[in-house]
Amino acid sequence: MATAGSDPRKPNSPHWLNAELTYKCPLHCVFCYNPVDYASYGRELTTDEWIRVLQQGRELGLVQLGLSGGEPLMRDDLEIIIAEAGRLGYYTNLITSGIGLTEKRIAAFKEGGLNHIQLSFQDSTREMNDWLSSTKTFEHKKRAAELIQKYDYPMVFNCVMHRHNLDHTQQILEMAEALGAEFVELANTQFYAWAMENREQLMPTREQLVKAEAVTNAFREKVGDRMKIYFVHPDYYESRPKACMNGWGSIFLNIAADGVALPCHEARMLPGITFPNVTEHDLKWIWYDSPAFNTYRGDGWMKEPCRTCPEKEQDFGGCRCQAFMLTGDATNADPVCDLSPHHHLITEQVEKAQRPQMPANVKPIVFRDDRNSRRLSGVGQGVPAGD
Amino acid sequence: MAQPRRVPFDHATPLELAKYYRFQWEPAQQCHVLLYPEGMVKLPGSAGEIMKRIDGSSSLNAIVDALQAAFPEAPDLRADVVDFLEVAHGNGWIRPAQAQ
Repeated sequence: MATAGSDPRKPNSPHWLNAELTYKCPLHCVFCYNPVDYASYGRELTTDEWIRVLQQGRELGLVQLGLSGGEPLMRDDLEIIIAEAGRLGYYTNLITSGIGLTEKRIAAFKEGGLNHIQLSFQDSTREMNDWLSSTKTFEHKKRAAELIQKYDYPMVFNCVMHRHNLDHTQQILEMAEALGAEFVELANTQFYAWAMENREQLMPTREQLVKAEAVTNAFREKVGDRMKIYFVHPDYYESRPKACMNGWGSIFLNIAADGVALPCHEARMLPGITFPNVTEHDLKWIWYDSPAFNTYRGDGWMKEPCRTCPEKEQDFGGCRCQAFMLTGDATNADPVCDLSPHHHLITEQVEKAQRPQMPANVKPIVFRDDRNSRRLSGVGQGVPAGD
Repeated sequence: MAQPRRVPFDHATPLELAKYYRFQWEPAQQCHVLLYPEGMVKLPGSAGEIMKRIDGSSSLNAIVDALQAAFPEAPDLRADVVDFLEVAHGNGWIRPAQAQ
């Protein structure tokens, strides 16, 4: 058998399969990375179709499985999917808000071989504007955390950070500590999808970031090895782009709820690419042979300054989706890079964020829900926007 | 990558995989791998041979004996096994077996 990777033109086998099982979600997070037009997509894959994807994935070498959404607990066949993943030998990660997690369900997940649960702190929902001081939030998370501990899973918390919660970093960390967190990821908002719709509202100030990081460092000192805290910076404040997905079609394969296969969560937005559907093609063809997955492999597609850049093997020119969203051309350098002729598109936003926001001069916030999604898809027009 | 941290341990104490780690053979990689939340380490060749003997009841001494028996033509393996397992311990992959 030829070893993948021995031929520079032959892609590696992928390692990470992310299954966005559903776009149904009880929450309305304003930073959600699901596509804004999800309401216009076709039906969700059936249980059998997901099982076929999992089987083909193992043959392809996929080993880490993310079960996400939407809220994956909204699928009542999650137990079946987890058990099949366990049988096939995946290391299975459930990415959930914990809403809908019961003892009966977690017991079945454990029995089926679920390895890991990542619990998200969600906020900015219209039901819970004052979520940090809400005992309802804490009690709910506490119940989920107790179940997670009882079933011997690591306590992993993720909280998406932005302009409206960075000043509460201390309280967020205290809440995580009180819930027995072993790992905490404070991940600053990445501006895609719903977060892009709400970019102005969510973009933090420089001062907020400096303070939040100082608070995080002091908290690390206090808790030591008991709690590992990761603070992920927003790329708008960087001068080099992230090595997005470790390169296009390099290790990561995302399957959307309707079966569309993507090299990242966001790529469906890119024009001129037909992304294959698992109901029509097998994963092997999709990964190695489909035009979509080969579009931005290697560096043949690159323009200057990436093409001759000594760092192109490190960051692959950054993120194709961000390049497209901001410059209109996915083959441009990610404008986060200060060598990009479009870098001003980033710095202008950053400078704008330093100014105080008045309700009158800021775009109203858009909640992630079906109605807004229909509006943003251009279907169901005539429905009034917002509440 | 940072210099691997070597953490010594008692050579007569049984060893087990640390919590949340899983070790298996990967046909697609043609090697053993160690899996953990959102990550994977490939353990080809001798690394895989050593790790597959971490079973909750074998100590380092027992693993050296088992390897020496499995590969009788190999020279003294002890130093290599100590090197690898101290790094594995430093990485948090293995630990002395915990009494249940």
